[in-house]
Amino acid sequence: MKIELESKAVLSGQHFLNGDVACAEGALAVGCRFFAGYPITPATEIAERMARRLPQVDGVYMQMEDEIGSIAAVLGASYAGVKSMTATSGPGFSLMLENIGLAIMTETPCVVVNIMRGGPSTGQPTMPGQQDVMQARWGSHGDYEIIALAPSSVQEMFDLTIEAFNLSETYRVPTFVLADEIVGHMWERVNIPSAKAIQVVNRKKPENPPSEYAPFKPDEDLVPPMASFGEGYRFHATGLTHDENGRPRTDSAEVQQRLVQRLCEKIRRNADKIVKVERILLEDAEVAVVAYGIASRAALSAVRKARAQGIKAGLLRLVTVWPFPDKQIEKIAQKVKALVVPEMNYGQIVREVRRVAKETPVVFMSKLGEEPHKPAEILDALRRL
Amino acid sequence: MTEKSLELKHPYERFLRKERMPHIWCEGCGNGIILNCFVRALDELNIDLNNVVVVSGIGCIGRISGYTNTDSFHTTHGRPIAFATGVKLAKPKLKVVVISGDGDLFAIGGNHFIHAARRNVDITVICANNFIYGMTGGQYGPTTPLEAWTTTTPYGNIEHAFNLVHLAAASGAVYVSRWTALHVRRLKESIKKALQKEGFSFIEAVSQCPEIYGRYNKMKTAISMMKWFKEASEVRNFSDPAKAEISPDKIIVGEFVDIEKPSYGRLLREMKAKLKTKQK
Repeated sequence: MKIELESKAVLSGQHFLNGDVACAEGALAVGCRFFAGYPITPATEIAERMARRLPQVDGVYMQMEDEIGSIAAVLGASYAGVKSMTATSGPGFSLMLENIGLAIMTETPCVVVNIMRGGPSTGQPTMPGQQDVMQARWGSHGDYEIIALAPSSVQEMFDLTIEAFNLSETYRVPTFVLADEIVGHMWERVNIPSAKAIQVVNRKKPENPPSEYAPFKPDEDLVPPMASFGEGYRFHATGLTHDENGRPRTDSAEVQQRLVQRLCEKIRRNADKIVKVERILLEDAEVAVVAYGIASRAALSAVRKARAQGIKAGLLRLVTVWPFPDKQIEKIAQKVKALVVPEMNYGQIVREVRRVAKETPVVFMSKLGEEPHKPAEILDALRRL
Repeated sequence: MTEKSLELKHPYERFLRKERMPHIWCEGCGNGIILNCFVRALDELNIDLNNVVVVSGIGCIGRISGYTNTDSFHTTHGRPIAFATGVKLAKPKLKVVVISGDGDLFAIGGNHFIHAARRNVDITVICANNFIYGMTGGQYGPTTPLEAWTTTTPYGNIEHAFNLVHLAAASGAVYVSRWTALHVRRLKESIKKALQKEGFSFIEAVSQCPEIYGRYNKMKTAISMMKWFKEASEVRNFSDPAKAEISPDKIIVGEFVDIEKPSYGRLLREMKAKLKTKQK
């Protein structure tokens, strides 16, 4: 088979791509040079694209024996100083969770893409779902914070993969791209900017000499500078509770308290910088939809139709799902008389919305299986508020 | 004599993180001997310590990565080989060594072992095989001999043990050897050889756990366990690894495999080089 070979990392220009491929291109554009994964529907196209593209840009595509090995290899590559990622779906994501915890504990920058399908278990591999949103937040054991972004278009698969890498490098935290099967598989126009126009954030490097380097001693932003293996720092990292020097401290309540607190607070205190939402027609809204991913597209259409019918509806689209946009939702909840939350699950983000909305009524619209929400269904819900 | 002249410096001090001592290992444990052989191998090969990465998993020997004065990582249980694979492929100049236990590498991590060997990833794996889960107090594992007593085989072990050198050879390792903690010189030489070998090299270091395995199985002291190693072991270089199962009266030691095969890293480099000429 003859394949036309690309050679550049950033394929600037206009393309017609599916979401999975756009995700891979976003990763390449921001400097990802290591991918380890295991085939799984509906995320396989990301691996296929990376297998073809990474060797072209002197990167490494690694097909591991399972998802556990994949995420472990991603952590290894990241500690060797290379931006790395993996992509999977529900069952694979479940397998990765222990080592995602290791990434949290060892503050390893890495990106995990989950193209969500129907679950639980093997579920519906080729059908969309938004059922792993709570798993992404809470699936690994212990207390922690992570970052998760929810693209709703193919362009966003490109843009938010870049964003995910930048956030992961900034905060030394595993960052998730939580897309659904529809966004992963649909084809749309994608504009890839010039390499110069792409914002690339790299992890902070230590400025002090190896003799003075404490690998887990944070700066004021609570994030420690990160040396890579082979740079002469000769440091140790462990999944055990550790002090600022990386030494295991399995017997100190104080060290445990300080470490877990910092791992959470480095995200919580920076939530304002991290969280992104899109506000549509919310200025004078009396009712609003809160949605993310594929459900937000039908919601947008429903809101426009409602406006045409004289209903003052608006949409708050969550680009960031975790940390949760508490403030942004609270602000809207105080203004409107009710909120509608459509999700392709049996009720996940709606719990967070209800927590934040307090007394404001929240109507939940569940959808499971093949079809996403129809604009008419959401419109109907808005009309009945 | 002045005070200064009394200052003694251990010749291998530079290989260890002094601030981490004392180590957590029990008196008489073989892990210290394995660490000793490893640092002597590094010393004799004169390897730049800035380019060495030690990766370990969970278990008693898993703490070794915290003791070596190199870049090092202590992974989750069973995953050091997969982690090491990522390190090596991302930065090929590094010498990546996995040192872990029989449970970590061959029970929970068994899949990663056979696949890394099959791919011929350019790393060295040293397995401290003490026949038991020591850190959790003495449960049977994938190398526990038949009939042995452990806390989870109170009526004697009824599972057959892995023959690690056979498994490694069958999986595609280019260098395979087995020594015991008694064979310090040969173990050290073997580690040196493995570190210089291109591709996946594997060393089984049979190690005494007098505190737990020995105590449960009528070998209460390190001496009695090492006596067993002495009496049962027989050096048979390049014998058939399939016939090298460890039994109470026979521990066949030696080198089993030493072959040449292009490593994963080499094949990857060649593939990329070929691609480059096509792109032009």
